[in-house]
Amino acid sequence: MISDRIFGLVTVIVALAYGVSATSIQTSFLADPVGPHLFPYLIAGVMVLSGLIVMLRPDPDPEWPPMRSVGALAVAVVVLVGYAYALRPMGFLIPTALAAGILSYQISPRVVPAAVTGVSLSVGLFLLFKYALGLGLFAVPRDWLG
Amino acid sequence: MDVFANLAMGFGIAFSPFTLMLAVVGCFLGTIIGALPGLGPSNGVAILIPITFTLGLDATSALVLMTSVYYGAMYGGRISSILLNIPGDEPALMTTLDGYPMAKAGRAGDALVLSGVASFVGALLATMGLMFLAPLLSRIAYQFGPAEYFALYLLAFCTLGGIASNNQAKAAIASCIGLGIAMIGLDNQSGMPRLTFGHLHLMDGVDFLVAIVGLFAVAEVFFFIESHGKDTSIGVKLEKVTIPWRDIFATRWTMLRSTVIGFIAGVLPGAGASLGSFLAYMSEKTIAGEKGGFGTGVAKGVAAPEAGNNAAAGGALVPMLTLGVPGSGTTAVLLALLMTLNITPGPTLFTDRPEVVWGLIASLLIANFVLLLMNVPLVKIFVRVLQVPPWVLLPGVTMISFVGIFSLSGSYFDLLLMVGFGVLGYVLRKLDVPTVPIILGILLGNHMEDSLRRAMVLSGGDWTYLFSSAIAIGLWIAAVAGFVAPMFLRKVLKKPQRVTD
Repeated sequence: MISDRIFGLVTVIVALAYGVSATSIQTSFLADPVGPHLFPYLIAGVMVLSGLIVMLRPDPDPEWPPMRSVGALAVAVVVLVGYAYALRPMGFLIPTALAAGILSYQISPRVVPAAVTGVSLSVGLFLLFKYALGLGLFAVPRDWLG
Repeated sequence: MDVFANLAMGFGIAFSPFTLMLAVVGCFLGTIIGALPGLGPSNGVAILIPITFTLGLDATSALVLMTSVYYGAMYGGRISSILLNIPGDEPALMTTLDGYPMAKAGRAGDALVLSGVASFVGALLATMGLMFLAPLLSRIAYQFGPAEYFALYLLAFCTLGGIASNNQAKAAIASCIGLGIAMIGLDNQSGMPRLTFGHLHLMDGVDFLVAIVGLFAVAEVFFFIESHGKDTSIGVKLEKVTIPWRDIFATRWTMLRSTVIGFIAGVLPGAGASLGSFLAYMSEKTIAGEKGGFGTGVAKGVAAPEAGNNAAAGGALVPMLTLGVPGSGTTAVLLALLMTLNITPGPTLFTDRPEVVWGLIASLLIANFVLLLMNVPLVKIFVRVLQVPPWVLLPGVTMISFVGIFSLSGSYFDLLLMVGFGVLGYVLRKLDVPTVPIILGILLGNHMEDSLRRAMVLSGGDWTYLFSSAIAIGLWIAAVAGFVAPMFLRKVLKKPQRVTD
């Protein structure tokens, strides 16, 4: 109930914001009868309508995870974001081993198997990508190679 | 018949050693992807696309590889349904209903072989159906102008939202999210940037591969973290594998009927394989009546959904190839592949690039025989794959997704966007909002807007032009019916839930 009401409200707000930012789209001299505004407006309109329907006729609440799992998910997101930033400057091996290890630990909390998974996935995938598939990856930061 | 001449040309392409190897590799990977719980056909194909793309395969080879994966995943989905009572992918849900009880009764080998044969029958006949129906449909599609295409796109969103989801409003929201994202970037007609908020990374728009991998693969990882991989129950042991000739013979009509039903369900835009297996199972259950014992592990209950599911997978390729409108989540991903390869699906595909189409069809026919071989005598190999624990599998999937997207653009921005889509996908799926319409929206958004604007240019801004031909009106009616009718049918046709021990 409450989840859907919030979701519907968020949808309506996002749709309105979308519609408002669509007003600032510039038209060029190449005009057609419809122009670049109409379709975004239509989308925003349908979205507002559907959002209102969800707000007024909500489904039963889903089973949200307990706080501890939410914490674990937040950690996972942080790890993945960090991984996204680290992949280029840090090379493939170290960030991948760390990220894969942490994710593995979060699915099944045992230190040794998680560490083994992280390291072996990192090395195994590197060999696969670099030599079997020929992708241009760097194993370690470029500075280390001199 | 020129069908056979074309097919001969297709086999000429498909029988090259390299293409054959790709088909075998694709079938093998696909069966594994299908068998592993948490890695269905959509996300399996999705994470492989960027890698295929970086490998620099030509269009035909890439298409052969990925459609073999697609067919393979449809075969593989049954393995974990039968042995673990966990559907390997969504369409395999119906196979758990009779497959798992049959396996518990000590007939796991029989169930696997029977469902493998049923998959073969369904997929083979559907590929033949594709062979004859697709050229016919592409001839009709020649008469489609922008008004008809606009109505057709609308139909795809409506049926997808109406049939494949539980709540129309939520499906509409999902479609709008996708369409809205598609608008970001340069406007096709005027070349002006739209909704980029001055952000340089957004000028090119959002790459659909980033969205697909995020929504399907990364979101799945979050689900596994939430459940701590607890969803992996201990399965049934597989002893000896023999061929149950009597069961296969006894279910021959069931397989044929289910194939027809599945194929039709697959051809309908937006319906897809899940509906195919569902309708096939339900109609066989009705035909068999109370005495049929459906749900207790009968042979017909195993054969029907698998034949239906695989026939629908073949059928779903018909609208995807001829009209550029996918019939299911996985075909939406395949459409993304075509677009990445710069192939425009549609009626012109059959005349301009016959080697692509017929090479693909011939490879699918070959792939079916390869899959039968892999899934009946060699099924034990894939059963072993099921023992890969989720705490190795899911980190692996994540890392492959990251490397795939990273190798496409080499930008951290796309990776961040992918994580963002992962979070979005998790929250939306929790709220029972389907994510396939988002993908469809991102894929088709620009085409849909273009056809609307071109229609208006042609008519000089006259709105009645959208309803000016019989085909267009038919499509509009079908769209409205596809969206509204399921609201009333939902009470009658309840989605069956998973059986619990």
